[in-house]
Amino acid sequence: MTVESTAAARKPRRASKRTSAAKKPESAEPQLVQLLTPEGERVEHPDYSIDLSADELRGLYRDMVLTRRFDAEATALQRQGELGLWASLLGQEAAQIGSGRALRDDDYVFPTYREHGVAWCRGVDPTNLLGMFRGVNHGGWDPNSNNFHLYTIVIGAQTLHAAGYAMGVAKDGADSAVIAYFGDGASSQGDVAESFTFSAVYNAPVVFFCQNNQWAISEPTERQTRVPLYQRAQGFGFPGVRVDGNDVLACLAVTRSALERARRGEGPTLVEAFTYRMGAHTTSDDPTKYRADEERAAWEAKDPILRLRAYLEKEKFADDAFFTALDEESETLGKRVRETVRAMPDPDPMALFEHGYADGNSLVDEERAQFAAYQASFADSAEEGK
Amino acid sequence: MAVEKMSIAKALNESLRLALDNDPKVLIMGEDVGKLGGVFRITDGLQKDFGEERVIDTPLAESGIVGTAIGLALRGYRPVVEIQFDGFVFPAYDQIVTQLAKMHARSLGKVKLPVVVRIPYGGGIGAVEHHSESPEALFAHVAGLKVVSPSNASDAYWMMQQAVQSDDPVIFFEPKRRYWDKGEVDTDSIPGPLHKAVTVREGSDLTLVAYGPMVKVCLEAAAAAREEGKSIEVLDLRSMSPIDFDAIQASAEKTGRVVVVHEAPVFYGSGAEIAARITERCFYHLEAPVLRVGGYHVPYPPARLEDEYLPGLDRVLDAVDRSLAF
Ligand SMILES: Cc1ncc(C[n+]2csc(CCOP(=O)(O)OP(=O)(O)O)c2C)c(N)n1
Repeated sequence: MTVESTAAARKPRRASKRTSAAKKPESAEPQLVQLLTPEGERVEHPDYSIDLSADELRGLYRDMVLTRRFDAEATALQRQGELGLWASLLGQEAAQIGSGRALRDDDYVFPTYREHGVAWCRGVDPTNLLGMFRGVNHGGWDPNSNNFHLYTIVIGAQTLHAAGYAMGVAKDGADSAVIAYFGDGASSQGDVAESFTFSAVYNAPVVFFCQNNQWAISEPTERQTRVPLYQRAQGFGFPGVRVDGNDVLACLAVTRSALERARRGEGPTLVEAFTYRMGAHTTSDDPTKYRADEERAAWEAKDPILRLRAYLEKEKFADDAFFTALDEESETLGKRVRETVRAMPDPDPMALFEHGYADGNSLVDEERAQFAAYQASFADSAEEGK
Repeated sequence: MAVEKMSIAKALNESLRLALDNDPKVLIMGEDVGKLGGVFRITDGLQKDFGEERVIDTPLAESGIVGTAIGLALRGYRPVVEIQFDGFVFPAYDQIVTQLAKMHARSLGKVKLPVVVRIPYGGGIGAVEHHSESPEALFAHVAGLKVVSPSNASDAYWMMQQAVQSDDPVIFFEPKRRYWDKGEVDTDSIPGPLHKAVTVREGSDLTLVAYGPMVKVCLEAAAAAREEGKSIEVLDLRSMSPIDFDAIQASAEKTGRVVVVHEAPVFYGSGAEIAARITERCFYHLEAPVLRVGGYHVPYPPARLEDEYLPGLDRVLDAVDRSLAF
């Protein structure tokens, strides 16, 4: 036998009693900043108060409803084969709209690949987000036109960009702030730890906004950490706070306060939005392999949209006409998204050679010419065939 | 004899199962490899049967995955780690290049690093960016690593066995778009060593050299060329580091013409190394310069353009014609 297991005879010296798989962290009970209960009751918090007009409250509701609608439309489009993949934000609307609406125009956002609600708040046309999921580009929008950076697929990488950008903001003497989004899974990446270090050491005006949606594909948060994530900040020398990620008011208040702190030159803050990914990780994922149905049901009871609606109705901040009009607006958005995506053309093959280098590159020019000639050879033979 | 028809994915799964069974020191590590069985389900069912101590869901930290696998190997384990997709190996690249590849030499041979790094690689599945790349040359350039890629189910099964049993680190590139291709696996009869190339089709006019996902394309090209009366030989390299130059030389001397095909960009790619060696070894046997077909010097394009980027039948046949025209 040429293939033999040299170690096959070796036995483990002792049966491992010490399990390497951590049990649920002891202090996992969330200590949440909450301003609106799952039942839609307003509650006060000593450190975070908020006073919004009925108009502003309706605005937040509208943002969440339209974002959810957009997201559902994208999921449907993936099922119809119009998109190659979709990463749904279902359940995370409050975390994204609350934090997104806390931003000023001159603040800068570094998202992952799931921040559709934040993009919405930044005024990025939602159909722009679909190009990369359809496979016609890798992002495509101009990050500087809305101060919303391109989506980042390599998890955690953008947190370092955010830290660096924020260092630049401080150098410039500007009073804008930077926000970096990432997930509980990403919190394990070295890049995230390094971005904490850099931003603490340089006192960079950055808010780290971690959406702890409980899962990183199939891995639960306890596979990433033994302490509640927000507590990590302390070791780096800046504050961490855990907010009810399904409470749009609390997310708004906490993010606003962290951004103001950054603007005052007091450095970074880690915000952990405790929330839940109600759908699959992406349309390629199958959560039935690892997740209990009851868990989702328990979180559905904390739905961020229903909770704000209950409050709006109870306080008579919104009437039937508002909800009916919003339904219509949702329909219109859905239709626009469908039509725009279906009409998105495949890129021209020559686009392959665009934008590799800002200054151009002779090798690419040579390959472009070869490719063009090669493409033309098909056209010629089609001509001849006529 | 136990001959079974199975997909490459299934062959890898069975092979990992066998490795876990044979040696209590073998561990599987990676993101989502446990309950989910990996995003491609290559480790499906293994945690259920071998437990969480041996099939380990890791934190989401590639540098951490490879770095801790190195420590486990130093302690006598044989970790097989999964990097979820090609484009995500780079956080671990530092650990692979500065640590994993060099420790054996630095310890003057005292330390062995039997670590397998599995990387589903290559395009053709319509994925978003960083899910379709072919970074094999970046690893093959690093001394101390073995870099291999199976193209069929039997090789997937046996090369994985050989990789796990190797005392050197092996970067095991799995051609993800071929995962579902079926082939026969003889689970009793062990094929040749890991680093040997295999002639998968005999021919006399020209040699196509390929590995991993491109072997199938080359076989199709050879079949199409046959209809035009051309006899094409196809060599499946299987290993990119080391490379079986003897096999390449023998075929080059037989046919006098060689075209190397891979998905990775041609520029500084493995085709460059092969072409240069062939020229050194058998210059006077060549009827034409060695040609290369591969990706362009551009970022891997969005999915709707990948058919333009990836070498397909036509581009391979085009190169065959150009070579034969010399
Ligand atoms: C460096 C890197 N490793 C692996 C992956 C594959 N991957 C994509 S998303 C994901 C899980 C991320 O979980 P989390 O950070 O919690 O964010 P969520 O998707 O839950 O919002 C993984 C493993 C990746 N994109 N980048």
